[in-house]
Amino acid sequence: MRIPPFLTQRLAISCMWIITALTLGVLIFVVAYILYHGLPLLTWTFLSEAPRSMGREGGVLPMIVGTLWCTALAVLVAAPVGVATAIYLTEYTREGRLTNIIRFGADCLAGIPSIIFGLFGFVFFVITLGMGFSILAGSLTLAIMVLPTIIRTAEEAIRRVPQSYRDVSYGLGSTRWQMVTRVVLRSALPGICTGIVLSVGRCVSETAAVMLTAGAALGFPRSALESSRTLALHFYILSREGISMPLAFATASVLILAILIINLSAYWLMRRFVTKVV
Amino acid sequence: MTVKIRSENLNLFYGQFHALMDVNIAIKPQAITAIIGPSGCGKSTLLRCFNRLNELIPTVRTTGRILLDDHDIFAPDTDLPRLRKRVGMVFQRPNPFPLSVFDNVAYGLRVHAMRSSRAEVEAVVESSLRATMLWDALKDRLTLPALELSAEQQQRLCISRLVAVEPEVLLMDEPCSTLDPGATEHVEELMRTLARQYTIIIVTHNMQQAARVSAETGFMLLGQLIEFGPTRAIFTNPSDRRTEDYVTGRYG
Repeated sequence: MRIPPFLTQRLAISCMWIITALTLGVLIFVVAYILYHGLPLLTWTFLSEAPRSMGREGGVLPMIVGTLWCTALAVLVAAPVGVATAIYLTEYTREGRLTNIIRFGADCLAGIPSIIFGLFGFVFFVITLGMGFSILAGSLTLAIMVLPTIIRTAEEAIRRVPQSYRDVSYGLGSTRWQMVTRVVLRSALPGICTGIVLSVGRCVSETAAVMLTAGAALGFPRSALESSRTLALHFYILSREGISMPLAFATASVLILAILIINLSAYWLMRRFVTKVV
Repeated sequence: MTVKIRSENLNLFYGQFHALMDVNIAIKPQAITAIIGPSGCGKSTLLRCFNRLNELIPTVRTTGRILLDDHDIFAPDTDLPRLRKRVGMVFQRPNPFPLSVFDNVAYGLRVHAMRSSRAEVEAVVESSLRATMLWDALKDRLTLPALELSAEQQQRLCISRLVAVEPEVLLMDEPCSTLDPGATEHVEELMRTLARQYTIIIVTHNMQQAARVSAETGFMLLGQLIEFGPTRAIFTNPSDRRTEDYVTGRYG
């Protein structure tokens, strides 16, 4: 039997609607469920106090600070290295064996489970380099973990810059470096920022990699060389060790809201910036 | 007769493909020279030799000489940024940077660190926009994104951007091919004005345009410069059969 085309069209559209609704539905359900359980406990004291009795009472301020430290340091390390790699791959070298190896390496790195990065960070940064459980070791591990994301998104963004901009820039007598910094990076900036924002999200929500490197200290971190527990890890420990499910949900709510705020402000900044430049 | 640019036995290969064959041409200063020919004849390639922009393509190999004011631009001591500052290029599609009008014109100045103070940069931006007759239209809108201008204004802006770095030669690669007839007329008028000061080489597939603006014309076919001489002679009394066929519209 042949199905008439208008019917297949209808069917296809309804299928896509259902699938989209399902996907969004699951996402909304998860977020709503967490916020439903967590938001009632989300008070100013929870945000502004340190945890007491292993996290059964008190708040999560040290974890917020630790998360910010780890994420900021990780991105500060990974972004310049990643963007520089992307520039090298696209502007400073011709396609060949070397670029393929670098790209293949980055792709492999992207597919490795984060616990493996954690293990590497533990062996290399924590023990071999003697950093101990510390924000520094944690953020360096995170930096390696998000590096592939930054490299590939930056590379894509740089490739999308029209060739004519390069021709004109050379035509006006600029050097390659001037061309890259003044024209290519400027046009590619929104794409590069998207990659960095994605990485920030991954750093904030990472658990396994920081557990083995940044440690799980409950105290307020006073320097990057001290151990600190991130929000995601705090949530994991509260729920996994049966310390306090309600406060685990409250912590998860903070995490979700934090990611929301980071993404919204990043997009807002980017739009402002993009409309200014382009 | 003075000559601004002279090519001697210029050959160019894209990999195995022989794109330019023994091109010998002598470009007069402060005049417009047109290069005509059917698509793929190598006229744009020839143009891109004069500022060595072809070298951005990995497989290109060039032999022969190009003399700019009697100095070989392929000599090893050639300062490429300086060469390209002296020999500027206007491209087929208007291609301003996604920056403001002001920053587009100031781009070259900043690249070459030619002016230090803001006031000096502003003065050059103004004179460059005046040179292309854009100043009156844009003087109050210098912060406008250049991509919001009309196609004609964008192309004029690209010429302003070039003029700002005080070049000696302007290479124009089909500068009007994306413009409407009115805008084309305006840009041609601009070219005539600019030719009092600059040496202009224009590549065009529009024979009428070559006839209207240029003093001398070269006809290219399959990588060879078939004929080169005063524009009037090329169009009314060509000495080569192939030139005659082309300018009378028998092919191309």
